[in-house]
Parts: sequence; C-alpha cells; structure tokens
Amino acid sequence: MLSRRILLACFLATLASASFAQTPERFIVVSSTTSTTDSGLFNHILPLFKAKTGIDVRVVSQGTGQALDTGRRGDADVVFVHAKAQEEKFVADGFGVKRQPVMYNDFVLIGPRSDPAGVKGSADIVAALKAIQTKKAPFISRGDKSGTHAAELALWKIAGVEIDAARGPWYREIGQGMGAALNTASALNGYVLADRATWLNFKNRGELAIMVERDKRLFNQYGAILVNPAKHPHVKVKDGQAFIDWLTSPDGQNAIGDYKINGEVLFFPNAQQPGA
Amino acid sequence: MDVTSAFVEAFSLITRLDPGFLAIVGLSLKVTLTAVVLAALIGLPLGAWLAMARFPGRSALVITINALMGLPPVVAGLIVFLLLSRSGPLGSWGLLFTPTAMVIAQTLLVLPIVVSLTRATLEELWAEYRDHLTSLGLTGLRAIPTLLWDGRFALATGLLAGFGRASAEVGAVLMVGGNIAHYTRTMTTTIALETSKGDLPLALGLGIVLMTLTLAINAAAYAASRVGARYAG
Repeated sequence: MLSRRILLACFLATLASASFAQTPERFIVVSSTTSTTDSGLFNHILPLFKAKTGIDVRVVSQGTGQALDTGRRGDADVVFVHAKAQEEKFVADGFGVKRQPVMYNDFVLIGPRSDPAGVKGSADIVAALKAIQTKKAPFISRGDKSGTHAAELALWKIAGVEIDAARGPWYREIGQGMGAALNTASALNGYVLADRATWLNFKNRGELAIMVERDKRLFNQYGAILVNPAKHPHVKVKDGQAFIDWLTSPDGQNAIGDYKINGEVLFFPNAQQPGA
Repeated sequence: MDVTSAFVEAFSLITRLDPGFLAIVGLSLKVTLTAVVLAALIGLPLGAWLAMARFPGRSALVITINALMGLPPVVAGLIVFLLLSRSGPLGSWGLLFTPTAMVIAQTLLVLPIVVSLTRATLEELWAEYRDHLTSLGLTGLRAIPTLLWDGRFALATGLLAGFGRASAEVGAVLMVGGNIAHYTRTMTTTIALETSKGDLPLALGLGIVLMTLTLAINAAAYAASRVGARYAG
C-alpha cells in the first residue's frame, strides 16, 4: 500500500522534472542590465530575432557590474551592458572577445516638483549636482555598481564633489536596481539619476518629474560582448555571435530605433558610429 | 495607488486567463510542488529514522536541522548559485538559470522543515508504539513505513508548511533562476519585477492571486485529510 504510494510519488516527480525538459533546445543566455528589460526593449526586439533565427534569448537582467561578473564566471554567452570603461576592461582581461557598440540612450536627473535644490530646467547636470550637494537635498544613489551608478559617480567627480567625504544623511545608497531607486525617490521626494527608458516606463511617479536632461554628459552608450570561449569553452559562440551580428545589422538597428513609449524613441541605434 | 485597483487587477488577471500569466502560475506551482515532493521523498524517511535512532551526536544533528529551518532563502540561493555556476564545482551540468536550479534551491529550503517536523511527530508515535511494533517484528528501518503511515495526517501539515515556505520565497529563485521571461519567471519574481517597475497595483494583484492559490491548496489538503481521517480512522 505504502510502497505503491511511494512509487506514485516517484512517478509524479519524474513527470514534473521531465516536463521541464520540453523547453526549446536552441538558446543563448544574455546577461544584461535592468534598464533594457524594465524599459520593455527586449520584449520588443527578441521576438523579431527569434523569428529570424529560431534562437531563444534568455535574458538575466542585473546591474552592469553584476552582469559583467555573470559573464566572467561563464554563466552567460553574451553580455549587453552600458559602462564603456568596464566593458573594455572585461575584454582586455580576456573575458570577452570584442566589444561592439550597439545603441545609446540618455540619463535624466529626476526630482520632486517642489525642487528644493532649484535645478529644474537646467541643462547643466554638473551645476545641478553641486546645488543638490550644497543644499543637502535628499539624493538617492543606486549604490549597486551598475552602469548608472558608475555614471553617477563619474558625474560627481566632474562636479568636483568628493562623494565619500561629502556623503551624509542627504545621500542615500540603496544598493538596488533602477526601479527600486525610483520607488525610493518617489517615497522620499528625493533626486535620482535614472536612464530615460526606465523612467518613461515607470508608473509609481508620485511627485517626481524630470529636472535636468539633454546635457551631453548624460549620454549612455550600450555595448555587446561575446564571452570568450577561450576562458569558457561551453560558450555558444555561433548563436551568441549571431545575436550580436543581428543587433548591429540594419534589421536589429531598425528594431531598436522603432521601439517607442508614448511616441518617444528610447534607444538610439549607433552601431556604425566610430568610437561609440 | 489604492488597494481597490489591486483587487481589480487581481480579478482581471484571473478572468482574462492570459497565457503568459498562466505560464507564470504554472511554473511557480511546478517548481514548488516538485521541490516539496523531492523534500518529502528524502525528508520523511530521514525524519522517521532520526525519530527512532539513538547515536552519539544525535542531539547536535537534531539541533542543526531545527536551525536550518531558519536558513535564509537568499543564503540557500547563494549556495546553489556558487555550486551551479560555470565556475563552480557543478558548473559543467549547465543548470544555473534553469527551473531545475530553482527546484534544487527550494528543496534545500523545504527539506529541514520536513525532516524536523517528521522527527518531532514520529518521536511521540515511536514512544507510544515501540513495544507493539517490536513485538510484530518491525524493528529498525522496517518500522519506518508503518510509522509514516500512522502519522500521515500530522505529517501532511509539515509538508504544507514546506509548501508555504517554498511558494512564498523570492530570494533564492531570483538568484538561481535569473527571472528570465517565459522560462524562470515565477509569481514571486514577477511581483518583485513589477514592484521595481513601479506598477504597484499589478504587483499587489499578483500577490492576491498567489495568496488565493495558497489558500485553495491548503483548503484542499485540509479537506482531503478530513475525509481521509473519517474513512481510515
């Protein structure tokens, strides 16, 4: 009686595990940033890529630092991130084959409509950050080694603010993704640096609005890198390279440029731009 | 955002029966139920053995397993992640960022609960039936099936506790599954994702659906044990 039950349980377990195996065989794993997923870009372009090639793309979205780590450990075939200096180091260290520029978007400084630092409408991000620091207005930092975090730290440096020395209760590092940072800013009425794509797709805005935009220093370049098969022999070189080739081909570039929210283009394809 | 819109969202999720949503619910149930079945297959006999066996260091083992009931999911996730990563000892299996990895992590979380509650339940039964079972010639490991069978209704509660822990968990499955759309995205990781996108009504709506499912499964288990108890005595 009992052994029959155990047999039944075994049978059910086998059945359940067998049904996991029904997923398509041809796939690659791409480690990418929260912005590309949260903005809905992948939902738009991946079906087009799959229709063309039959390759399923499994996207794990993390901060840029973590996404590069995932590639370094060999847990992804392609990394698709936005922090040029870190990407070049990734390739120089032998973890990636080659960095291909794909597209850019831009960062925006978000803040409460009450604007305690008085920066609204400025096109100078550096002056705006200085004002926030001087007035000790609440500022939310990602603090998670993401591309956006790296960009924020670089901007503080340009502004001449030693953030390690200047930090105080006004500067809050949350160690989480873009969406969480925006939720925190919304709850605390603080300032936060965000990528435009995530901001446009973000629903819980409360009192938040764009304060500073269109400064050239807010430019945000994305690159795609095939993980080096010399380090990790299991990397799917052919299918991973097919994805990068498609992203940088006219088809892929058009698909990226076609993606809009409320009529606004989120990512500008620039695979052919020299030095991008 | 108000709570009403969350309930409206939950209701529309259920009534629309959107295939993407159903796939997420299906994967959540499949991963969690598989983990509970695996934990039961390992944990019930192990707990029964632990209830009967006497050996040096038994108390230390019991305390350790009890403490593991409080294993933080994110730590379980990290352990499985490090094991399954391509740079880890089991990397060649290629299991990281798959549903199987999520099952392994959840089994690790459920197992201590099953072992611990089985041991606690059967220790009393064993004290009560020991002489009787021994006189029937059921000693040692051969007494395990009988003990489990006699304690089945109490043990079902332990399995439900395990199910609750697994289905409510987000840290471990997020880490080892990677929250990949259409592949390793479960109800809890979707809730985390929608919260980060600021779509709080949808996130709370999903939470309501998850609670409803958990309630339904518990009600079914309760009803089954009542009916079972009436007929089996």
